[in-house]
Formats: sequence, structure tokens, C-alpha cells
Amino acid sequence: MTTNVRHKYVAEGTKVGFFTDPTVCIGCKACEVACKEWNQVPADGLVWTGNSYDNSGSLGGATWRHVKFQELDRRVGPAVEGPATDGTTNPFGWLFLSDVCKHCEHAGCLEACPTGAIFRTEVSSVYVQDDICNGCGYCIVGCPFGVIDRRPLPLPGAGGAFKCTFCYDRQIDGLTPACAKACPTESIQFGPLDELHARAEKRVADLQARGVADARIYNPMDTSVGGIHAFFLLLGPPEEFGLPPRPEVPTVYLRGAWLSAAMTSVLTLATACLAFALM
Amino acid sequence: MSSHLLNTFRATEDRLESLREEARRTGRVAETGVPIVGGPIPREAASVSGYYGQPILKPPVWTWQIGLYLFVGGTAGMSGVIALTSLLSGQSLDFVRAALGVAFAGALISPALLIWDLGRPTRFLNMLRVFKWRSAMSVGVWTLLLFGLFAGSSFVLVEAAELLVQSGVPPMAVRGMALALVAGTALSGVVLATYTGVLLGATAVPVWSAHHKLLPFHFGIVGLGSAAALLELLGFRIEALNAIGLTVAAAEAGVGLWLEIARQGATARAIHDGTPGLLMRIAGLLTGPVPLIARIFGWVPVAAVCFLIGAVTSRYGWVFAGRFSANDPEETIATQRGN
Repeated sequence: MTTNVRHKYVAEGTKVGFFTDPTVCIGCKACEVACKEWNQVPADGLVWTGNSYDNSGSLGGATWRHVKFQELDRRVGPAVEGPATDGTTNPFGWLFLSDVCKHCEHAGCLEACPTGAIFRTEVSSVYVQDDICNGCGYCIVGCPFGVIDRRPLPLPGAGGAFKCTFCYDRQIDGLTPACAKACPTESIQFGPLDELHARAEKRVADLQARGVADARIYNPMDTSVGGIHAFFLLLGPPEEFGLPPRPEVPTVYLRGAWLSAAMTSVLTLATACLAFALM
Repeated sequence: MSSHLLNTFRATEDRLESLREEARRTGRVAETGVPIVGGPIPREAASVSGYYGQPILKPPVWTWQIGLYLFVGGTAGMSGVIALTSLLSGQSLDFVRAALGVAFAGALISPALLIWDLGRPTRFLNMLRVFKWRSAMSVGVWTLLLFGLFAGSSFVLVEAAELLVQSGVPPMAVRGMALALVAGTALSGVVLATYTGVLLGATAVPVWSAHHKLLPFHFGIVGLGSAAALLELLGFRIEALNAIGLTVAAAEAGVGLWLEIARQGATARAIHDGTPGLLMRIAGLLTGPVPLIARIFGWVPVAAVCFLIGAVTSRYGWVFAGRFSANDPEETIATQRGN
């Protein structure tokens, strides 16, 4: 996928996505670096978290790709296996997963945004216009994946909400997003969503044929999120990788909440009327 | 940028030094993290869920202004309701003026608090670029604007009513216009006092969305009780306000009891434990049984003061519960797994 041939997805309005496959990720963090450099995302600290080799913590206002280093107490297919060095025969597996904004089919952040700063692009990605965002913070609690966040002081652009842009600027010019382009193992694959789905299904089938029974696609199609455009292959339940097992887009709660608000409005008006009429 | 990098690297070196020192002294490192399975450092935190126990969601970034706004907006909105019903039932003009004054003051304080909380306060007008039905924040902003216009204009009209009549405007016309504007204040007021429950309910934060039907009701009735209590403290010892206070305190005692005993499922910890749990319990007492008993014994000022303190505490309790809830990955997982 990382050729120099220019694509026309933006002009054609093709739905595109990322398929991230941790079974071939080598944890090199080229995606993180490429993202930071291309998008001029400021440095926000390389604190050694002590969680394996993770030094960027989590996705946030200044981290749009985040390589998770998950250590598992079981062997995981073709992933790194370590010998037990504590004298036991504990199996050990090590997986790297490059996390990113999911670009949901029904995006909580986009629905929540009161300024219209967040919009859906021609390629169906979700984009935050930094020159419009006023930092109200409602998108942050609207995201069921904990992706978008307000950038803290003293970083440049502090106060606004930031997340992965899906390299919209590059895509307009027919270029592959920076992270996918920099990925040396094609763990991050970019392309039309249909093509990626087919490729992911084949990969899962291949892995399962090779005895990796845990292999599965993480793409919550059957919840109100309606699927994610940046989806993943996982070897185990999603929560092990810090992904919500059944995310819902928060607008599903609107009907019940507004109904309650309407009934409360009638009730309080009636209470006040009765109190003043009778007393 | 380079200074950032320098600071970062220095911090990292310090961290490595301290780890090395700790390992030398104790033979192992018991910090969070370092649970390398089968590695030289035995896994300590086997019970940690998710990705090293890290939150799956991002906690709300809202600061202290929002808790206070939830209180001020609710009180102001419901004060509009009291203004309308008192105008209709022929209460003294002084009382109607006071109720409208509370509504108007709240309509002035609320936007100030909201703008203060923004990450980029100078861009507050961007809120009025669009209107989005499906964004409770957008609906709320426009409601607050509408409420401010109604509350402000009806407050001015009622203040200037005598002048207008003296200068030859027919009293019927003044009264009709006042009724229309006060009705607008009341109708936008009930939305202002209840939408905040929708705002919190329609989020990914488990403890808020789990209570998306309770919150609009809870915030609405507490708003009504606060408006009544505030007007009583302003010197209007009217039977109708006491009746409202009694009704709301009884309802709030029910809500408090329900929050205490009902199964909140996976979100129970955010309701009962830690700071949010403490705030919720204090608020539950101060808005429910305490003013109920005080009103039964006729201690109106005690009931009013307790209720107002409880109302503020309650809003902060819910804001803190949201932060607690979003930061708890186990809660997020358990809610979605249906445990």
C-alpha cells in the first residue's frame, strides 16, 4: 500500500480506513514519529510508564498514534514469545498494537460538537477544525473510545480538542496517511474500507488455520457505533487491549433523557401552578 | 519545542536513576506497571484489568465552573416558572419582580461561568455558528440565549410597567406583553433546568449514561426547590414556596433513598465510593430528609439554607462521579459486558 501512486479517494468519495494488525507489528513506533512529524504535533513528554515499553501512555491531544505494548500470560500465535525467567514455565506473549482514532460510522464526538468544528470528510473520516474549536470539552465525554482530548498548557494549540486527522491534508493530495506510509511491516494498512474488510477476514482465517484460535476482528458493527473505519485484528478479548467491548454512541441515550426532561418540565410547571393556586 | 524535549529527557533519566536505586535497595520494583509476565520482575498486579488498568475513556475536562453552572442555571430556569405561576395567581408585583430578578441574574452569571470554562474562551461565539438537535450542548446554548432574552426583557418590562402605564400605554397591553414574556421565560426556563441532565446523560461516561433518565428529573426538581428556597431567603415567606419546598424535599428524599439502595450495576462505585459518594450522600441528606423535617417543624430558613447547600453539593457530586467513572476501566468493561 505504501506506493507513490496517488489515490483519488477524496475526489471519488470512497470510504477509506485503517486495518491495524498487531501480529505483524514490531513495536518500532515509526507510526508515532511519522504522525508527530507530519502533523507537527508537539512533544508532550516521553515518560517511561513502566507498562512494558510504552512511553507515550495513551491517545490524547498530542498523541494521535499510540503503540500499546501488551504483555500476556499466554502464548499468542506468531507474536513474540519469551522464555519464563522466573524459574517457572509460565507462558508469555508480547503483542504490539498501534492504537488510533477509530473514525466511527456514528461518531460520538461529531454528534456532540456544538460549534460544528467536527465534520465528516469525503472519505468518511472524522475531522476537527482547529480554527473553529473553542475547547468546550463535550466531544471528550462523547467519545466511547477515550480518543479525543483537550490539549493541555503549555503546548502550542492548548485549549482545543485534538485527535487523528486521518491525514486529511495528505489524502486530499492523494497520499497515504503518514503512519501507514511509515509502517515498515504493513501492520497499519490503509485503503478503501471494503478492500480492508476482505483482507482482514482473510488474515483472521489464515491465522485460525494456523492454530491461532484467539484471532478476531475488532469492529463493533452490531452496536450503535455501527462499525469503525480504523479497525483492528486482536488476539484476545478487546478489553485486554484497552478497547471497550461494546461501545455505544452516546446519542442513543437522547430519546430517554429528553423524554424525562419533558415530563419533568410538565411536572414542575404543574407543581408550581398547584402550589400558587391552592396556597 | 527543544526545551520540552530536554526537560523530558532529563525527567526520564531521573526516573531511571530512581528505579535503579529502588531495585538495588529492595530487590524489586513495585511501581504501577512493570508487570512483566514471566520476566525477571514477577507480575504483582494480576488483578489489574484492561491495558495495565488504564482508563478506557477520557474523564471530563470541565473545571469547577461547570458544577456551579449546573446549580445556577437550574435555579434561574425554575425561578422563571415561579415568576409565571405567581403572575398568573395574582401574587404581589414585588414577588414577581424578585423571581424574575433571580432568573435574570442567573441568565447573566451562567454564560460567564460557561465561557470561563472553555479551553479557548475568546471563541465562545462559535457556539452560535450552528444549531444541532442531536448535541445537548448546542440545544443548551441556544436555550440559555433564549432564556436570557426572555428573562431580561420581562424583568425590564415589569420594572418599567408603572412608567409605561403613566405615559399612556393601555394597562391591558402592558399586562399582555408581560404575560407573554414571562411565559417565554418559564418555558425556556424548564428546558434550561432539565437539559443539563440530558447533557450528562448522553455521554460515554458510564455513571452518567446509566442515569440518563434520572438526571433530567433530578436536576429539574432540585432547580425548582433551589428557586423556592432562594426566594424565601430573599424575604418572601409565602405558603406556596413552602409547599414547593416540601414537595421537592419529599421527592428528593425518594431520589436519595433510591440512589442509596438501588442496584447501580457496575456504576455503583462511582455513586457510593470515594469523594463523589461522600458528596452524593451529603447532598442527598441536605436536599431530602433535612429540609423535609425542617419544613414540617416550620423552620423555613434552616430548610432553605440546607437545601441550597445540598443542591450545589449534588451537582458537584455528579460531576465528580463522572470523573471517577470514566477513570475506572473495570466499570467501563463491566457496564458493557452487562455485569
